[in-house]
Amino acid sequence: MLRYALRRLAISVLVLFGAATVVFFAMRAVSGDPATAVLGPDADQSAVEALRREYGLDASLPVQYVQFLRRAVTLDFGESFRLHDAATNLVLTHLSATAALALTAFAIALVLGFALGTLAATRPNGVVDRVVSVLSMLTQSLPTFWVGIMLILVFSRFLHLLPSSGAASPAAMVMPAVTLALPLLSVVLRLVRSGLLDVLHEDYVVTARAKGLSETRVVGWHAMRNMLIPVVTVAGLEFGSLLGGAVIVETVFAWPGVGRLMTDAIAARDYSVVQACVITVAVIFIVINLLVDLLYVRLDPRVRESV
Amino acid sequence: MSDGVPGPAVLGAPLVPTDDGPPDATATPPATAPRRRRRRLRLWLPLGVIAAYLVAGVIGPLIARYDPIATSVTDRLLPPGSRMSDGGLALLGTDQVGRDLLPQIMQGARISLLVGAATLLLAGTVGAAIGILCGYLGGVVDATVMRLADIQLAFPSILLAVFVAGVLGSSVTNVVLTLSITTWPIFARVARAQTMATRSRDFANAARTLGAGPWHVVRHCVLPAVASPLLVIATVQLGFVIVAEASLSFLSLGIPAGTPSWGTTIANGRDYLASAWWIATLPGLVLAVFVVCVGVLGDELRDRSDPNLSTR
Repeated sequence: MLRYALRRLAISVLVLFGAATVVFFAMRAVSGDPATAVLGPDADQSAVEALRREYGLDASLPVQYVQFLRRAVTLDFGESFRLHDAATNLVLTHLSATAALALTAFAIALVLGFALGTLAATRPNGVVDRVVSVLSMLTQSLPTFWVGIMLILVFSRFLHLLPSSGAASPAAMVMPAVTLALPLLSVVLRLVRSGLLDVLHEDYVVTARAKGLSETRVVGWHAMRNMLIPVVTVAGLEFGSLLGGAVIVETVFAWPGVGRLMTDAIAARDYSVVQACVITVAVIFIVINLLVDLLYVRLDPRVRESV
Repeated sequence: MSDGVPGPAVLGAPLVPTDDGPPDATATPPATAPRRRRRRLRLWLPLGVIAAYLVAGVIGPLIARYDPIATSVTDRLLPPGSRMSDGGLALLGTDQVGRDLLPQIMQGARISLLVGAATLLLAGTVGAAIGILCGYLGGVVDATVMRLADIQLAFPSILLAVFVAGVLGSSVTNVVLTLSITTWPIFARVARAQTMATRSRDFANAARTLGAGPWHVVRHCVLPAVASPLLVIATVQLGFVIVAEASLSFLSLGIPAGTPSWGTTIANGRDYLASAWWIATLPGLVLAVFVVCVGVLGDELRDRSDPNLSTR
């Protein structure tokens, strides 16, 4: 177990290093000069030179790369050209908004997914099952940004129930969180449904029924317990795609999170902020993957023995 | 858009097998007539809709010309079904500068289908080539490349697309490049698995015994086996690609502003939700119907060709 954990940790560090390298070179290989981007195309040549020197952009690429890595280790990604603040600071201040949004969406997806999935599985091919299956197909295939806009149209413009943007009140969280939760909801729901259906024919469930236990207890305790692990595992791994979806949802709802910070920074060629954002997201992503993996091994005795 | 699960279940959207479909051949009782009819419907209805989109995208813009720079102040924000000042009927309404929405949506269909087809062709070819190579050769090359593919697939693909598109800048070619970079590992994975399964089948061994070189074996034994699952995966991915294109365009990282795409039209409409709901709603609806049809078709093709493909 310990050896497995150490190996996974080593791989994670390698992946992180790889991600940082790709980001560094990708940003520099293809994109325009940030100094020109900041000062505008008609800027004085000497001013451009001065700015390049100030941000260390006049050094050769390998030197910049080593410097970048050395500072990245201490969580220093440099200053934002645009917002005149340390990139790390900017990311950290935006991170809490994204975390709140993503966690709420995660909770919504899990709770609703379990409820609807269980309902659908107890009566396969019943009315509820059919409705749920259509619903899950829709939530999975509809484009997130459009769903968000439609929610704004209905709940803000027509019904005047919820604020359409910003993060001023708890009510402002409702629509972005629901929008973000929908694709994950359909994943959880399908997993719960098929997981329960598989388990419901197992001998121990038959035994539980034969003992005269109530259906609620059979499904809710005996059957549920055995499909909990795979569902929670997949849901945990899907947390990463929530972060991906957050980029779009945050733009639609003007939510002050990392996703929006990143898209704005990409558009403005704000190297340091883009690097800080991508690497932060990568770290979160890798840590979650690692935790879920280890947890899975820890929880499932069959996997534990094979490791 | 549920992508980014590492491990065996990395087929993007369809990573969970649709369980409403008829179960696979092993356990199916003889199909009853209504069920067979439903299955036929699930194949032909989406095909019909997709064909209609193709026709609208190819021929539509020829009939109803879309002029990207035309503006008409009197025709601004007309609701669907209004008469425009030049006497034409704006069936789907007009946008914020007085352009008819219908030709814009048809032009958008053209761009979306073009990007979708080009991406699948590029990512499919490159991915399949890499996958077959890895599956056939095995060893260090295979381990390295597939490990990289795993790592890439582990990242949320839309995040990757946003980053790559942002770095490359917005143009139609760059969108195709971006989405190909995001999707090639999926094709590589399927091609690799299929290659490994056929590589040592009896007919491949027989060909080898008769003196066939690796090229011959790949062309005549492996490729035919790889082709049909790849087509299924391509159908499933088409939905993702088109939604991703629209999302990138919506974030103004995709199709440049001069060319109307569904994403940019929806983004424009967002600013006029209060006064003109149709600008954002209708192109989105068109996009949604398309994606749902592609999804149903993909699931149906997958169930028909190989029920196990979804979990591979």
